[in-house]
Amino acid sequence: MTDLPTKTDRTLGLVIDLDTCVGCHACVISCKGWNTENYGAPLSDQRPYGTEPMGTFLNRVHSYEVQPEQGNAQTVHFPKSCLHCENAPCVTVCPTGASYKRVEDGIVLVNEDHCIGCGLCAWACPYGARELDQAEGVMKKCTLCVDRIYNENLPKEDQIPSCVRTCPAGARHFGDLSDPNSDVSQLVESRGGFDLMPEMGTLPVNKYLPPRLKDSWDDQSLLAPLLEPVAEEPKGFLGWLDNALDKLPGGTA
Amino acid sequence: MHPAPSVIVFSTLSGLGFGLLFWLGIDANPPTGLAAFIFFAIAFALAVGGLLSSTFHLGHPERAWRALSQWRSSWLSREGVSAILALLCMGIYAIDLIFLQIHATALGLIGAALSLFTVFTTSMIYAQLDTVPRWKTPLTPALYLSFSLAGGALLSGRVNFAILLLVIAAICQFIWWQRGDVALSDSGTDLGTATGLGERGTVRSMAHPHTAPNYLVKEFIFVIGRKHAQKLRRIAFGLTFVLPIICLLLPFSHVLAIIAVFSHIAGVATSRWLFFAEAEHVVGLYYGAR
Repeated sequence: MTDLPTKTDRTLGLVIDLDTCVGCHACVISCKGWNTENYGAPLSDQRPYGTEPMGTFLNRVHSYEVQPEQGNAQTVHFPKSCLHCENAPCVTVCPTGASYKRVEDGIVLVNEDHCIGCGLCAWACPYGARELDQAEGVMKKCTLCVDRIYNENLPKEDQIPSCVRTCPAGARHFGDLSDPNSDVSQLVESRGGFDLMPEMGTLPVNKYLPPRLKDSWDDQSLLAPLLEPVAEEPKGFLGWLDNALDKLPGGTA
Repeated sequence: MHPAPSVIVFSTLSGLGFGLLFWLGIDANPPTGLAAFIFFAIAFALAVGGLLSSTFHLGHPERAWRALSQWRSSWLSREGVSAILALLCMGIYAIDLIFLQIHATALGLIGAALSLFTVFTTSMIYAQLDTVPRWKTPLTPALYLSFSLAGGALLSGRVNFAILLLVIAAICQFIWWQRGDVALSDSGTDLGTATGLGERGTVRSMAHPHTAPNYLVKEFIFVIGRKHAQKLRRIAFGLTFVLPIICLLLPFSHVLAIIAVFSHIAGVATSRWLFFAEAEHVVGLYYGAR
C-alpha cells in the first residue's frame, strides 16, 4: 500500500555532521559493500574497469565550496543518502505498492519483487536518493541497513548502519529522532540541525549539522601562552654544563 | 530530464488515440460498419500502441499488471486503470457499431469521459512532481488535454472543432513555455536550499561524488537538447498548429488532410521531446547543473 502512515512508532534516521565529515568516502564504500552482499539485489557496476564506469550506490559524497560575502571560502563535504522523509513523495507515486514506509520505525523500503522499474519514485525524490539498478531493473535505495540494526547475530556495536559504523571521523549518527532524549535528537537540538530543501514539504527525518565557522588567523589562541619559547640561556646545572663544555677545546657547533 | 523515446512515443500516440476515442464516443451520429472499423482501428492502434511502447522503459515489464493496484494514491496506477476501462468501454462500443450497427449512446459517453480522464492522469504524473518545477502547474493538464482534444478532432475530421481547439492548444503551449522558463528560478529551490548552506554564502559544487555520469546524471540532467530549444520550439509550433490550421482553412482535399495529420503528429512529438529535454529536475542542483 503506497499510502503513507499517519504516524510511525519510531522515527529512525541519520544525523550527519558537516563540520566533522572529511570527505573520505569510506561510508560510500562500506555501504556499497554491505548492501551488495545482503538485503535485496546486489548493487551492480557497469564497465567498472572500462571507460565511463558507473554503478549503483545508495550513498554519495558531494563536495561544495561556500563563499561568504567576506572572508575565506569554506569547503564542505556533503554525504547524501535517503532521508527517510515523513512525507515521502517517492512512496505515494509508486503504482505497484513496492515502495512503502514502515509504521514501526519509519524506514522507507522497496519491495524489489513488486518493483516494475518505472523510475517514477526516483523522479519524485528531490534528493537523488534512489537509483535504478541497471542490471536488475529495480529501484535501489538506502534501507538504513535494516538487516544490521535488528540483527542479533551481530555484535552490539555493529547493529547500526554500515556507514555510521565505518565513519572514521564520527560524522554520522544513528538513532530515533522522534525521541527528544535520544543522542541524535540532542545533537540536532544543540547544534541547530537542519533539513535539506524544506520548501519541498518532504519533512526529511535525516538532519544535517552545520559546519562550524572557520577560525580566524587573527584570533588569540588559548594555547598561545603555553607555547612561549623556552629560556634562551640555560640555567642551573644545564647552564654550568653548557659553560663547561664551551670551555673545552674542539670548537663549538 | 532524459527524453526517453518510448515515453515520447507513448504520450504522443496515446494522447491522439484517446482524443480520437473521445470524439467517437460523444458522436451523435457515429460511423458504422467499415467506416467505424477504420476509425476505431486507428484510435486503438494509437492508444494501445502508445501504452505498449510505455512498457519498454520498465525494468520489469512482466510485472506491469501490479501497477493497477495503487489507484488510491498513485497517478501512474490511475492511468493504467483508466486506460484499460476506457479501452474496454470503447471496445464494446466499437463492436456494437461495426458489427451490430448499434449506437450505445451511454456507453460511448462513459468511454469518452474515461478516455479524456486517461489523458488527464498522464498529465498529472508530471504535474504532481514538485521536483520538476517546469511541470508542476495546472497548465500541464491543460496542455495535455487541449493537445489530445485538438488531435482527436483533427483525426476524426471535425474541421471547425479542430481549428478552434488547435488555436486553444497553441495558446496553452505558448503560456506553458513562457511560464516554464522561469519556473525553476521562481520555485526558490537552489543549491543553497538543497545543501542548507545558502545562508552562509554562495554555494558552488566543487567535486562530484563520482567521476563518470551515473543513473541520476543520465536520467535527470539532460542539457544537450537545450542548445537548440528555441529553434525546436518554433518547429514544433509550426508543425503542431500553424501548418494543420492552414491545411484545414484551404478547400478540403484528402492530401491536405493527410499533411495536416502527419504535420500535427510530428509537431506533438517534437513538443513532447522538448517537454522532457528542457525540464530541470532539482537533483541537478546538487551537481551544480540545472
